[in-house]
Amino acid sequence: MTIEAMTPNGERMTLNMGPHHPATHGVLRIVVESDGEVVATCTPDHGYLHRSIEKIGECIDWPLFVPYTDRVDYVCAMNANLAYCLAVEQLLATDAASAVKVPLRGECIRVLVAELNRISSHLVAVGAMAMDVGAYTPFLHAIAQRELVNDIFEKLCGQRLTYNYVTIGGVAFDLYAQASEEITRFLDQFEREMVRFNKLITTSTIFRDRCASVAPVSAAEAIAWGLVGPNLRGSGVDWDLRRDESYGLYGQLAVRVPVGQCFAGRHGKVGDCFDRYVVRLLEIQESVRLCRETLKLLPPPAVKANDPTGGYQADVSRQLKKPPKGEVHCRTEAPRGEMGYFLVSDGTKVPYRVRCRTGSFSAAGIFHKVMRGIFLADVVTVIGSFDIVVPEIDR
Amino acid sequence: MNDHTQERPGNRLDEQVHFAAVDEFLAWGKENSLFYLLFATACCGIELMQAGGPRYDVDRLGMIPRATPRQADLMIVAGTITHKMAGRVRTLWEQMTEPRWVVSMGSCANSGGPFSKWSYSVLNGVDKYVPVDVYIPGCPPRPEALIDGVMALRERVRKYRTLGVRETTPHIVAGHEAPFGGGGCAVPPVVEKAKE
Ligand code: SF4
Repeated sequence: MTIEAMTPNGERMTLNMGPHHPATHGVLRIVVESDGEVVATCTPDHGYLHRSIEKIGECIDWPLFVPYTDRVDYVCAMNANLAYCLAVEQLLATDAASAVKVPLRGECIRVLVAELNRISSHLVAVGAMAMDVGAYTPFLHAIAQRELVNDIFEKLCGQRLTYNYVTIGGVAFDLYAQASEEITRFLDQFEREMVRFNKLITTSTIFRDRCASVAPVSAAEAIAWGLVGPNLRGSGVDWDLRRDESYGLYGQLAVRVPVGQCFAGRHGKVGDCFDRYVVRLLEIQESVRLCRETLKLLPPPAVKANDPTGGYQADVSRQLKKPPKGEVHCRTEAPRGEMGYFLVSDGTKVPYRVRCRTGSFSAAGIFHKVMRGIFLADVVTVIGSFDIVVPEIDR
Repeated sequence: MNDHTQERPGNRLDEQVHFAAVDEFLAWGKENSLFYLLFATACCGIELMQAGGPRYDVDRLGMIPRATPRQADLMIVAGTITHKMAGRVRTLWEQMTEPRWVVSMGSCANSGGPFSKWSYSVLNGVDKYVPVDVYIPGCPPRPEALIDGVMALRERVRKYRTLGVRETTPHIVAGHEAPFGGGGCAVPPVVEKAKE
């Protein structure tokens, strides 16, 4: 049914969602024009969390920008660190004299922390989405598991949220003793816990029917609107940078990519909210597998200095004083989709330009399209299913 | 009397009936039911969320998140406040019923934090717009630090007098004088123009 048919007398009400609203995941403002229960237009208003992070990048040295990348996406700070550091390494590699080689152990630790962070980030996504549609308990289960990942990270680098752990040339600290055992133990209990979590909410008919067929995005639309990451894969597009343009250690790991295929059954459509939700859960499973694989590849720590495989960090202090001139764009697969950094260097120790491309931005771009004609109560479901994080939009 | 239930501790009359001044009683009630406004803007909001989660469980302190300012006693400003957002923070604070308290959580809300020096869009300290009672340092503060700040606030709430004479007590973290006195502020103070 079209909007015009549903709104015969054309009377509309303007409704402001946000900037303070518990379901907008931060300070996103959405101006909804509705007729009764049906959304006619929906306009996101951004900028309530614009912290000028890109501008700060032009003021400080190359390595000092790493903590700010944490703040670009704080739910998966490790992946954000990794994206920037890979971009800088790619810039350094444009000149053979300044190229750095990250030791194998460093690469392994990077993949390990990135995948663990993907788990904890998707946990927030699925938990918060369940909370938005009215189920509070799954959220508590998800947060309880996230705390355990935070414990591991805290032992690793001393922070629970903004890690500043992945650095240019490797990682900041080596794994602590017993880290592998602790991570394995966490993964074992986590898999058992996920079975319970799925019983609690994913297989629940109420939840499934609430999300089925809501705001479906077809594969062609998803590509046209530039969706990335789980939102793109939820629409059935088989594309994952970890597999298709692999970086770091991912080339050796044979990443399996889950895609949306109308998981909600006959009531659903490919690319609806439930597909996006299930794709995230499947990605969590894949991340668990990748962590296990990586632990198998992990070489023992270095016993002597300058060990080419056992070290965790390559020294880059000399190169960063005078990096090569030029520009690079490096794309990585973060939990919210493609996170890419475009760097311009004029050969000094301060970047000329740092541009950051994030997944939530394109997800917010499609809002006004998918929200047309849905029910007002489904707006929060849609926002939850796209898993936006506001500083990624505003930066 | 041979009624043995009378002799058990906790059952005696003087243990069940308490006498208190009305003011003290109201303060006791307020202290133990600090409902907070779910106001998370940035990274610190995730820690606020985890503080409400099963491990730290601030519910046991009588703190329950509220989505609307009308039902909240306490506003925890968790995260960066930009110039665009600052006016909204003030509006939210004005919508809260008195007495109301404000906790500023994290370096950003305290002073602009990592954005204070270079950023052109971040407000350096939420206390320019609303009176702050407790400042919690950290980027982000751990949930334990948040709970510690709340305990400090509870001391303050206990001293609040609904009927009697109100005194404005000095701020809890020294070195940070909030412009409007704080402490369940009754008279809406005039807002300074934000420096652009
Ligand atoms: S204080 Fe730190 S963690 Fe908190 S909002 Fe600011 S940048 Fe984020």
